[in-house]
Amino acid sequence: MATIRIERDGADAGAVESNREFVAAGQRNILFGLYDDEVKLLDAVKAANADHLDIDDVYTPFPVHGLDPLLGLEESRLHVAGFIFGTIGCLFGFGFMTWVFTRDWPIIFGGKPYWSVPAFIPITFELTVLFSAVGMVTVFYIINGLGPGAEPRRLHDRITDDKFCIAFDVTELSGKEVDRLRDYFDRTGVETVHQKMVAA
Amino acid sequence: MSGHIAPVRQPLVTGHKTYHQITEDICRPTETAPSLSWVITFIISVMCLGLFAFSVAWTVWVGIGSWNLNRTINWGWDITNFVWWVGIGHAGTLISAILLLFRQKWRTGVNRAAEAMTIFAVMCAGQFPLIHMGRLWLAIFIFPYPNTRGPLWVNFNSPLLWDVFAISTYFTVSLLFWYAGLVPDLATVRDRAVGLRKKIYSIFSFGWNGSAKHWQRWESLSLILAGLATPLVLSVHTIVSFDFATSVIPGWHTTIFPPYFVAGAIFSGFAMVLTLMLIARKVLHLEDYITIEHIESMNKVILLTGSIVGVAYLTELFIAWYSGYIYEQFAFLNRVLGPYYWSYIGMMLCNVVSPQIFWSRRLRTSLFWTFFMSIFINIGMWFERFVIIATTLARDYLPSSWSYYVPTWVEICIFIGTLGLFFTLFLIFTRVAPVVAIAEIKSILKTAGDQYIGPNALAHSHAGTSPAHSATQHGTVVPPEVNDLSARGTVDIDGENDKPLD
Repeated sequence: MATIRIERDGADAGAVESNREFVAAGQRNILFGLYDDEVKLLDAVKAANADHLDIDDVYTPFPVHGLDPLLGLEESRLHVAGFIFGTIGCLFGFGFMTWVFTRDWPIIFGGKPYWSVPAFIPITFELTVLFSAVGMVTVFYIINGLGPGAEPRRLHDRITDDKFCIAFDVTELSGKEVDRLRDYFDRTGVETVHQKMVAA
Repeated sequence: MSGHIAPVRQPLVTGHKTYHQITEDICRPTETAPSLSWVITFIISVMCLGLFAFSVAWTVWVGIGSWNLNRTINWGWDITNFVWWVGIGHAGTLISAILLLFRQKWRTGVNRAAEAMTIFAVMCAGQFPLIHMGRLWLAIFIFPYPNTRGPLWVNFNSPLLWDVFAISTYFTVSLLFWYAGLVPDLATVRDRAVGLRKKIYSIFSFGWNGSAKHWQRWESLSLILAGLATPLVLSVHTIVSFDFATSVIPGWHTTIFPPYFVAGAIFSGFAMVLTLMLIARKVLHLEDYITIEHIESMNKVILLTGSIVGVAYLTELFIAWYSGYIYEQFAFLNRVLGPYYWSYIGMMLCNVVSPQIFWSRRLRTSLFWTFFMSIFINIGMWFERFVIIATTLARDYLPSSWSYYVPTWVEICIFIGTLGLFFTLFLIFTRVAPVVAIAEIKSILKTAGDQYIGPNALAHSHAGTSPAHSATQHGTVVPPEVNDLSARGTVDIDGENDKPLD
């Protein structure tokens, strides 16, 4: 097994046999490179695909178009959630008004029928939109694991600024494989490479 | 290398910014001490807000009798102001939703502030129906909830109740839409902050980390919310117009009201966006992000919607005459030549005649004229609502009940107070959150900014002339300090990011 040299503040922290020794229980060892441009990032992801490197995740300051197919990300199905919640809101709104005005407390307003469907349309529409939007946004935050106090993996402070990050999970990798990744980073014009322990 | 998308399109981001400079520029107002002009404006706004609290308390204590409403004119400044504020609250969602669906990239410079404006304007609008109830603490009665009075439900057939649902849905959806867009930018502010500030922004940025999957879902969410918000924004002012159109009052009972109200809402909303953005771009130094191109685009929308409103005014007059219905004819004759003729003239001048100056490209791109017109239109649209409400009610079927209405100091103070509420909230917003959508500006930098790299980009019109930049093989502009970074390839095992990148 090859050894890798770990630099810490420029000093040599000593040679180690394997990557695994650094990793405490419940942690992952993430090797990530920061690129300064989204075109370089896209080229690097293409190169990783060509080399069959298993990218853990890509982090960017803004949505980079063309990245999803390269990473093999399926199209989001959030719209399905929106449709389901919207349908619930629509049926609930219309059903509730129907129940109130035909069963619970029928009142004649201006000689109109109890079940005055056209007058129900505006509120039915509003509730459809309300349920759909609230439901979909809630689903969005839940499936992303985001919310007040949420602490998902945060690799570097400049990722939300101007750096484009490709991350590999090297917890289970040998030193040789990590070297291969570092070669890959150098070859694809990376700006800096970092390693970080994160919660699994 | 800089370029243009097309000869007729100016870049939407100027100044040859790098991504980092964009972050710096837009985050700066949230990180520095407020300027003197901000402090003075804020103090005035808070004083107006205090006036609001006082005049509302006065109304509740004395009763609605402290307003000059009477049996004939039972809606006055309150509903005028309500409709005016709701109208202003239309531009934000229009910009962020409809322009997103139309792929108008210029929305990125103004959508954040416009959406904030929408939310605050709707909050101001909501005050008026609530205060008009007289007993604020019974405001919960407007919602259909199981109660001990039967349960007795609200009247779902009433346009006033539709309004409750429309405005509250609009507020909720606008807030969710705005905040979903704000989360990545709050994360940017968080990652630049230290100490308590970092903790606070960590909570409000929901732990955003910029993962590719998150971005994909975020874009999907934005698009679907835009799809939902588009009919919503059109429905809200439609329903507000139903308050009038479904009544049997001549002058109100017209089918043209929904489209005419919606066009008027967009018209006044854009005017208010321009008022705010012209000041904000100057005070917060955002001239490179809110360019003349943005202002010109908004002025074109103003010209269009102003003309739609003008056509609607004339159509109303024509149809009133053509209907052969004397009450309708009288209502409109009275609207133009009756006791409130001055407000009709004000409305026509401000809303229909004056926006026509924007046919001239020189005036459309002039900051002075844009600002002048934006104020003018805000006044004109206020007159429009006053014309519709007060003039119509002042002359009803019974000449013995004809009346005239002028507001009391309480009504005037409540209106000034809502301006205070609006500006207080907006000024706080400019201090705590990025006023321009950082991530969205970055995403258009190379597709619609001055660093355009797509087809037909004008090659090397810029490279070599500025020492601050050099062109890479990809045709993108990166600062030299990033290009010759000596730390390339080092392994930072502790991951503390202890080495600043520049």
